[in-house]
Amino acid sequence: MEFQIPNFLPALPEIVVAVFALLGLLFVALQRKSEGSAFWMAQLALWSGAFFSLCLGRSPADLFEALRSAGSGFEVLRNLGEILVVWVGSSESTWTFSQLYQTDALGELLKAAACMAVALGLIYGRRYMRERKLDSGEYYLLVLFATLGVMVLASAGSLLTIYIGLELLSLSSYALVAINRNELRSTEAAMKYFVLGALASGLLLYGMSMIYGATQTLVLLDLIHAMDQAAGVNQTVLLFGLVFVVAGVAFKLGVAPFHMWVPDVYEGAPSSITLFLASASKIAAFVMACRLLAQGLWGLIEHWKLMLLLAGIASIMLGNLAGIAQTNFKRMLAYSGISHMGFLLLGFASSLPELTRNAYSASLFYMLTYVLTTLAAFGILLLMTREGYEAEQLDDFRGLNQRSPWWAAMMAIAMFSMAGIPFFVGFFAKFFVLQAVWQAGYTYVAVLAVLMSLIGAFFYLRVVKLMYFDAPAADAPAVNAGCRLSGGLLSANALALGLLGLFPGVLLQLCVVVVQASLAP
Amino acid sequence: MNLTELSFPTLCFYLCAAITVAAALGVITAKNPVHAVLSLVLAFFSSGMIWLLLQAEFLAISIVLIYIGVVMVLFLFVVMMVDINAARLRDGFWRYLPVGLVVAGVMVAEMALVLNGRYFGLAAVPAPEPAAADFSNVKMLAHLLYTEYAYAFELAALILTVGLIAAVMLTFNKRVGSKRVDPADQVAVKARDRLVMHSIPAEKEPVVEPVTDGSAEVRS
Repeated sequence: MEFQIPNFLPALPEIVVAVFALLGLLFVALQRKSEGSAFWMAQLALWSGAFFSLCLGRSPADLFEALRSAGSGFEVLRNLGEILVVWVGSSESTWTFSQLYQTDALGELLKAAACMAVALGLIYGRRYMRERKLDSGEYYLLVLFATLGVMVLASAGSLLTIYIGLELLSLSSYALVAINRNELRSTEAAMKYFVLGALASGLLLYGMSMIYGATQTLVLLDLIHAMDQAAGVNQTVLLFGLVFVVAGVAFKLGVAPFHMWVPDVYEGAPSSITLFLASASKIAAFVMACRLLAQGLWGLIEHWKLMLLLAGIASIMLGNLAGIAQTNFKRMLAYSGISHMGFLLLGFASSLPELTRNAYSASLFYMLTYVLTTLAAFGILLLMTREGYEAEQLDDFRGLNQRSPWWAAMMAIAMFSMAGIPFFVGFFAKFFVLQAVWQAGYTYVAVLAVLMSLIGAFFYLRVVKLMYFDAPAADAPAVNAGCRLSGGLLSANALALGLLGLFPGVLLQLCVVVVQASLAP
Repeated sequence: MNLTELSFPTLCFYLCAAITVAAALGVITAKNPVHAVLSLVLAFFSSGMIWLLLQAEFLAISIVLIYIGVVMVLFLFVVMMVDINAARLRDGFWRYLPVGLVVAGVMVAEMALVLNGRYFGLAAVPAPEPAAADFSNVKMLAHLLYTEYAYAFELAALILTVGLIAAVMLTFNKRVGSKRVDPADQVAVKARDRLVMHSIPAEKEPVVEPVTDGSAEVRS
């Protein structure tokens, strides 16, 4: 058995984040007041992780060459988006560490997105955590390790790495939800999350063991080949495993009928942790679904298509109908998240043999814009809280326009985008998914999804109505804009929702190119 | 299954498996927490024996050493030190038992129907070659862990680190108002930390007024 030292270079983003996290661990253990430094260390780790994810495997010379040949100043600006898209998509997929690890453009894009989302979430939530004395060094370390879990998932090349990445993410998340251990609501949420999450992990592992039993391999590449030779593989055992795998993925995405934990955990966790669960965790679940279903179990698409379609329809109905009854803003966003993940699954389920990759790029577009919208919505919620006071009821938004017109406008943008009002980015996200669903021939599903979105628009617009047309409570304070950095980033984030809605082309093109480069059959 | 064809290892397997299941049931039904922990020890031990039957000697020894020798002893200590009212914790147990049994029974029956012997029987998955007498389990395991599965191995180490950090974060109590003395602070103390000089603005000399009876009285 000759063993070759594997190529470590493709794993540089993970290695950088892991090294920073371990250095941070030493630092936090030895230093007494480490919160401030841990924050900046986490920022450095996350941004460099995002940078290496996007730059590795592509040559900067190509970028400069493309920029130079594009022409003079104005021309460059006009073609900048396209040049960048081509450059990001130019990465070739590589396998290393005995095929436990793979990189491709999709994984790298999602890794970078997750790192940036977590970094922004840390910035938005910094004041919130500091005021509650929760911003210990361990908080930043656990967030870093959870992000590392997302990155491992995004570049998993085998069922084993998928499971380990998921556990790294989940265990950190359970602890993070319980971080405010003096509050009963938080610990209860953490307990529910832990018990149900452990059950889901068990389901997933059981399904993986069945797939291993049928194909005798864990590596995704070999799984694809094993599926091709239909004769040698036992279909019944494979399908039995597939059901459990789909259930595990559905739990992590938080779609019906595995959605029970979502509202309680969203409500019970401190808001900045909820922000993490609603952004980076969802990216992880999405990329896990891509790796498992669209890559490894691609041969069983006829079977998982229907499961995802049913789960998607159920989530869209449940999320939009139950969202109406909520009075708590965080619970409302939880139900909204359930319905958004349902849309994501619809995109997944409507891939056609001839237009295979179209539907995935719609789902990827949906994922990226959903994360951006959630960041904005939770960021503003975090701004509105202050010491000893948790702004999370819908009533807290009453008359926000009179107290703070700027943030009311930003929140309105986020709500319009979530509702899918035209010319905000959420509209195009829904539009592309519905287009894919329509092309796949599920006409009734598309009509139902549109109807449910119309119903769901009610509770998003209710927030806008409360902010603009209701009088504020007598003792409602003005919004504390926080530090200039987080305020500026948050405004840019919210304005990007409008801007991307006006020019969705570049992002969509990016998604198409990335999906074509990665999930090519 | 033909009873006459039952070989000794198969017999051992059924015995160990039955003991494992019985011990696992004992863990959740025992009234006394110490009995529950002891049943768990038995369950671990007999699953170790099953591994031994599968020729995974190293794993069998490590489960005995690590789980029984270290983890369970720790469990026993904790159970004996902490006064747990197990009766109250298990309040709903007997009430939910019938429903739970029915659900579990139906699930097992359904899975058995789908996956009965014909999928994983010896015909579908042939038994592996028995290892030679000089085959080293430990060497093989180490070889795989540190070469092919090095990436997963390192990540598993990170998961353990996360467990450590989470445990510290969730249990470490920063008590407010405790009078604990930190030697490092004592050593690093400077004179200006102990003696604070305030400059107080000077006051005017009180006026001395001559009083009629001749004696001077100083007003302060």
